[in-house]
Amino acid sequence: MPAVTETREAVETLGQSTYKWGFETDIDMEFAPKGLNEDTIRLISARKEEPSWLLEWRLKAYRAWLEMPEPQWAKVSHPPIDYQDAYYYAAPKKKDGPKSLDEVDPELLRTYEKLGIPLHEQAILAGVEVPEGEEARLPIAVDAVFDSVSVVTTFRKTLAEAGVIFCSISEAVREHPDLVRRYLGSVVPAADNFYAALNSAVFTDGSFVYVPAGVRCPMELSTYFRINAKNTGQFERTLIVVEDRASVSYLEGCTAPMRDENQLHAAVVELVAMEDASIKYSTVQNWYPGDADGRGGIYNFVTKRGACRGARAKISWTQVETGSAITWKYPSCILQGEGSVGEFYSVAVTNNRQQADTGTKMIHIGRNTRSTIIAKTISAGHSDSTYRGLVRMMPKASGARNFTQCDSLLIGDQCGAHTVPYIENRNMSARVEHEATTSKISEDQLFYCRSRGLSEEDSVGLIVNGFCKDVLKELPMEFAVEAQKLLQISLEGSVG
Amino acid sequence: MTTVATHAAGIDAFIARGTALTGAQGDREAASGHLRAQGLPTRRLEAWHFTSLAPLADVAFSAGAQASARAATLLQGCGIDALAVMNRVVFVNGRFDAGLSRLPDGVGLSFFADEPAFGAIARPERDAATMLNTILAEDGARIDVAADVDAGTIAIVSVGVATDTPVSFHPRHRIVLQRGARLALFEYALGEGEYLHNPVAEIVVSADAVLTHVKFQDEAPGARHITCAYVDVAERGEYDSFTLTVGGSLARHEVHVGLLGGAAAAHVNAAQLLDGAQHADLTSVITHGAPGCVSRQTVKNVLSGRAHGVFQGKIYVDRVAQKTDGYQMNQALLLSDGAQIDAKPELEIYADDVKCSHGATVGALDDEQLFYLRSRGIPDAEARAILVRAFLLDAVELVREPTLRGILDDAVERHWRKGA
Repeated sequence: MPAVTETREAVETLGQSTYKWGFETDIDMEFAPKGLNEDTIRLISARKEEPSWLLEWRLKAYRAWLEMPEPQWAKVSHPPIDYQDAYYYAAPKKKDGPKSLDEVDPELLRTYEKLGIPLHEQAILAGVEVPEGEEARLPIAVDAVFDSVSVVTTFRKTLAEAGVIFCSISEAVREHPDLVRRYLGSVVPAADNFYAALNSAVFTDGSFVYVPAGVRCPMELSTYFRINAKNTGQFERTLIVVEDRASVSYLEGCTAPMRDENQLHAAVVELVAMEDASIKYSTVQNWYPGDADGRGGIYNFVTKRGACRGARAKISWTQVETGSAITWKYPSCILQGEGSVGEFYSVAVTNNRQQADTGTKMIHIGRNTRSTIIAKTISAGHSDSTYRGLVRMMPKASGARNFTQCDSLLIGDQCGAHTVPYIENRNMSARVEHEATTSKISEDQLFYCRSRGLSEEDSVGLIVNGFCKDVLKELPMEFAVEAQKLLQISLEGSVG
Repeated sequence: MTTVATHAAGIDAFIARGTALTGAQGDREAASGHLRAQGLPTRRLEAWHFTSLAPLADVAFSAGAQASARAATLLQGCGIDALAVMNRVVFVNGRFDAGLSRLPDGVGLSFFADEPAFGAIARPERDAATMLNTILAEDGARIDVAADVDAGTIAIVSVGVATDTPVSFHPRHRIVLQRGARLALFEYALGEGEYLHNPVAEIVVSADAVLTHVKFQDEAPGARHITCAYVDVAERGEYDSFTLTVGGSLARHEVHVGLLGGAAAAHVNAAQLLDGAQHADLTSVITHGAPGCVSRQTVKNVLSGRAHGVFQGKIYVDRVAQKTDGYQMNQALLLSDGAQIDAKPELEIYADDVKCSHGATVGALDDEQLFYLRSRGIPDAEARAILVRAFLLDAVELVREPTLRGILDDAVERHWRKGA
């Protein structure tokens, strides 16, 4: 098995050079004192000028969190996390808060430029002036979250004309308190689980989207999360509410500097889809994964859940997970409305010492609800990757259907790939189908590509892309291109 | 409502009974320590995600009495004619009954009661059934098949007889096949009244040996059947098993197969036919611990009434187990609205040159198939029966030993007639 031998050598020599988003931005920051207690939470709430109900909500979550044990069931291992040894609030210092891009700290803008995130509306809109050799890009509205706070949200005017609200959640708390109060915690309750409770207590920012009835959001919305400061945790909270017959496509991206210590990212995402509404939520997760020996990297402990409240509502999660030292994440759908649809498309790639425990939950409550799960797992180096999923058919879910397919690909003989699906059916007429496979890249496929003159690395890239095709094709076009590149970079050095 | 206090009392009662037993005291005390520390498993434990043994602590079990005559009557009415002419080791309420047995020649046979000792494979800290068994084991069969001997078919039969008060018995069996040996083992459990049957088996399949292990669990409706088997298979050895579960109110059949030598094979097939308020849990862990081993698993659940079927099946592939070929299929048929299936097919894989897959389907009878049969004049009940039998056939036909296959076919048929 020449491929395997070479792979092993290549993995061993893999340096830190592959994570190109690992730079740090030197910017004036304001921190809350290190550590977590009620005073920290009061300070966060006061800084953000929050109403008293939200402070109470945070404190309640915090008190619940104190009583909760850290979850142990996931197939990940890490040294105990000292929750008192982190900053829970870190914000770029600002005078009054930028009203427009011109007022945003140029250092920040440069950061996003380096990350390839378009924050300049003009530059994007003036598609005619695209420099030669660059493709014209479709406009995407971006909410850029830097450590704890949202620094800028673009295209707000265009969106407002369509009736779509897209702003940071802090702003939404001030400007649209009724909407936030009605939906915040309605899908992921404050004390849902250990990390969600922590997030509810200390969340600092995130995005808020509201699409009114009958509106098809005129452009794709995107949030870009960047952890920059040292010793900070990032706890963002995203809330997306889509009313009857409305629809939105939302993209999420994330990166962090390279550091030797681990940093915690515990986000919560809540989606609400009403009758005939549709939400497409795509993630390309590229947090710093740590170096080849497993030093540093982000602990990504995320709770994502969507509720299909109305009939025929549809929520579709697509994720490409290549980053983070540890990923703990189960984007889920609660299918309440009759005939509602849940989808989960996932590619999870782990290399070096990364650990990923990810999957989904599909809770079928309403009649004729349908769900599809396609999960592709690729493990290389010394990494471990687990698919963990639940499909539950409740007694009223007559005629419900689920199809699940989990495929794992192992590259190298020092990694692990695991599949842990839970199937629970309480309704006679509900149907669940599940299939899972684990294999390595077949010598035949490799030989076929090599004999046609492709290098070993390109061959493996081609095969991996083919393996992930079912998921990648669900991504919006720009993301798909990005994701394919990421796959290649993540596996760099593990093949050929 | 069960309280913590009654749990402690129930656990104390088990331990007190164990203290009174003689032989292998050290092991019994260690197991009692585990039980005291951990309690009986509840659904909070990942390995017991869908089944709780806590209710066992609420029942005042005692050791069963001698009941040869009653057991003989039950055996006569059991409906398995082949048993009468089969070599068999019969246990009544967990104790060997020479009068009802027909001992085989040419194999080493001894009993736990004569020389109590627990083996090295089934350790009380590994699972709850073994923990309880180690505290309370009084008897059990030890069968040793010498190298290159074909021992034919031997049955281990358990008859539970509980008349007034609930009884519990905890036999400890040990089956060893030496190099190149062959054996067809038929394990059969039946009884009447309210009892707990908690057998634990240690099975060793040496190099090139072949063990066919067919189990038919047909316990009384008021019985609980909590069992665990550990099977170690050496190079080129083969463990070919099938378990049919139809009896008991609460059942857990747990099996751990270790493929420890190169090119070993395991077939861990099963079917559960449940009705009423039955709860039956089938849990298997197949460990590929050596290169080039093969495992196959087909598991079927047919659930009516408010029955609750559980399947947890894990395939574990160790780093050294390259060229592993593992396949698992589990399917459930829900025949009524109150029935429930929980399944957790699990792959844990640390070697890259492997071929492992599992499939699971859950659903009702196919309306189109039903329509096809009905349109040909077959009455509804009969059409359903045909489809259920066809569904089960995939699994049952994997039993190659003709006598044992016949026993299973009849059992399925009887079960179906009884239900119809």
